[in-house]
Amino acid sequence: MHELSIAMRVVDLAAARCRDAGGDIVTAVTVRVGRLAAVHGGALAAAFEMAREGTPLAEATLRVVDVPVRVWCPQCRAEADLTDVVPLACPACGRPTGDLRAGHELEVESIEVVGPRGDTVGAGA
Amino acid sequence: MSEPRILEVRTSILKRNDEVAREMREEFRRAGMVVVNLVSSPGSGKTRLLYETLVRLRRAGRRVAAIVGDVETDRDARRLGASGAPVRQIMTHGLCHLEAEMVRRELLAWPSEHVDCLFIENVGNLVCPTSWDLGESLRVALLSVAEGEDKPLKYPGLFNTADVAVITKTDLAEACDFDRAAALDALAAVRPGMPVIETSAKSGAGLDAWITFLEARRP
Ligand SMILES: Nc1nc2c(ncn2[C@@H]2O[C@H](COP(=O)(O)OP(=O)(O)O)[C@@H](O)[C@H]2O)c(=O)[nH]1
Ligand SMILES: [Mg+2]
Ligand SMILES: [Zn+2]
Repeated sequence: MHELSIAMRVVDLAAARCRDAGGDIVTAVTVRVGRLAAVHGGALAAAFEMAREGTPLAEATLRVVDVPVRVWCPQCRAEADLTDVVPLACPACGRPTGDLRAGHELEVESIEVVGPRGDTVGAGA
Repeated sequence: MSEPRILEVRTSILKRNDEVAREMREEFRRAGMVVVNLVSSPGSGKTRLLYETLVRLRRAGRRVAAIVGDVETDRDARRLGASGAPVRQIMTHGLCHLEAEMVRRELLAWPSEHVDCLFIENVGNLVCPTSWDLGESLRVALLSVAEGEDKPLKYPGLFNTADVAVITKTDLAEACDFDRAAALDALAAVRPGMPVIETSAKSGAGLDAWITFLEARRP
């Protein structure tokens, strides 16, 4: 259950960003999780509920964006998203390819912040 | 209260771990060290293969050391210590993977003598260690002949991050009805082109090829 370690970092990152932007609380967090990142969406949501307690994210919603595996096919000279995670092969021509362009993501994409100075700070920070 | 506003973050969730790992990798590189992160399910044979590896590399005059992660007990450190190499145990007390900071802490506590090759035996788990970079130069995924040829397909994330796969316990292949071609296909499906080395820590089969592979990684 490494989802708790991950959820705690999500909360830390979001809280720090909110503080830097002069916000009071975070109402939503959007994270991008690649299909190869070995993180379970449901487990992450459950862990997030624990991790957010007593923080500026106490009321925050977690949105998980599922990022498909994207490969580069040297034969077709094109990138393509895979419907399944495996096999890692070009969906157009079938050539196996380990050249990944996406799929290992584990990142906080954005947060939604409410706060007194929310209207004037943040955008360029 | 003002309207909620959206702030871009676009930051890796494991940023801190990635930073520590990057710093360590740079230090390892400057020190001319090969650092190997061994990952697999529990019982795949990490400790036994590592023991044989430490013995052989020491015999060849290499300075080797090992860090081993387990949820509880220092049993593996004691097994590995019998090789004569310096070994440290990390007990994670529940945590299912090692993190860069834990490895760095162990290294700081170590008397600073030169090491050619440092091995890190990760906590036995096919999921959790995937995204935690430990600053290693080589990630090795073990797959024993006894655990099912399709494990790579079931746990593609971990096998995809590996630089090399080691099939272990080949002495048991027949007893386990091991389908070698299926295992190689599964590995190729999750990591096309990944080198595969077949070993038995018990019989010694394939260990020379494994050691040669490691030696070739030395700067
Ligand atoms: N027959 C056989 N057994 C092995 C081999 N390697 C490991 N084992 C056994 O498999 C079990 C688990 O091995 P261990 O090295 O502790 O696995 P770990 O949990 O991945 O560190 C032990 O009973 C080992 O003796 C091998 O090459 N052949
Ligand atoms: Mg072990
Ligand atoms: Zn193609």
